[in-house]
Amino acid sequence: MQFENINAFFAMGGYGFYVWLSYGVTALAIVLLIILSKQKHKNTLLAINQRYTRELKRKEAAKQQQELKQNNLSSSEVVEKTNESTP
Amino acid sequence: MWKWLHPYANPETTYHLTGRIIPWFSALTIALLTIGITWALLFAPADYQQGDSFRIFYIHVPTATLSMGIYVGMAIAALCSLVWQLRLADASAAALAPIGAVFTFVSLVTGAAWGKPMWGTWWIWDARLTSQLILLFLFLGVIALHNAFEDKTSAGKAAGILTLVGVINIPIIKYSVEWWNTLHQGATVSKMGKPSMSIDMLWPFIFCYMGFVFLIVVITCIRFRSEIISRNSMRPWVRELVLNQGVK
Repeated sequence: MQFENINAFFAMGGYGFYVWLSYGVTALAIVLLIILSKQKHKNTLLAINQRYTRELKRKEAAKQQQELKQNNLSSSEVVEKTNESTP
Repeated sequence: MWKWLHPYANPETTYHLTGRIIPWFSALTIALLTIGITWALLFAPADYQQGDSFRIFYIHVPTATLSMGIYVGMAIAALCSLVWQLRLADASAAALAPIGAVFTFVSLVTGAAWGKPMWGTWWIWDARLTSQLILLFLFLGVIALHNAFEDKTSAGKAAGILTLVGVINIPIIKYSVEWWNTLHQGATVSKMGKPSMSIDMLWPFIFCYMGFVFLIVVITCIRFRSEIISRNSMRPWVRELVLNQGVK
């Protein structure tokens, strides 16, 4: 152990400010980098997931519309009537 | 060798492999850095000229050397990506750039905080410091180019060319202390033959250095994985992966 007590340790022989500034900035920068990297991974997964669900919804909607169209071909009169009743 | 290497060029295999090694390398990093930093701050002797300000050395030198190392690694990846169109190489170059920027930034800040009490100034426009600042700007430029294009392939190309042009800066940083008169001291650890450091100062340095090396490996793996899936988002295996993970 190079220091006699905790105060001497924090003082760093008069260079305390510079030493702790260096170690502090280093720790902060690296912790921030790790957190942001993990966040980025999560966000990437989320974005891909969103794209998939959107794609799935669009496909389903297209399918429904097509089914509706086929049904409407036989009952197109009903649709026309409802359109007339709502000006 | 190619037969052995081939499965690792498969993004899916690499994604899962890096996922498996992250916990082990994280544990190794934490162990090495805890030992190294504790040793450096508490047990390593103070320098007879610089006193306790010398303890900045244990983070300044590893981050500065490794920032150049990261740049060289990124340049090799960029070359592989440009010449052989290896998409994983491009992903790794993109993953390395932010880590290099942070390491360069840390080396500059710790250098300034060491320079103030020793040289009497936070900053001086001398060769070593200026070329290291240029390295930071190169990293930032590469990051910006990677994000400037919607299409990852053209982004990788642009960033790769900048990376390769910027390699000229690496020998300038390395030899700046020999080519020009500068305030910055010469190499201490990597002198040919014996390092001019006493053993009780050298050991904590080795621990810190290796700790930072594995730290780079861990963060690279994390970022590399994001780059892989964002480049392969249309592949079935990514689809399966995302659906299995659910919305978290």
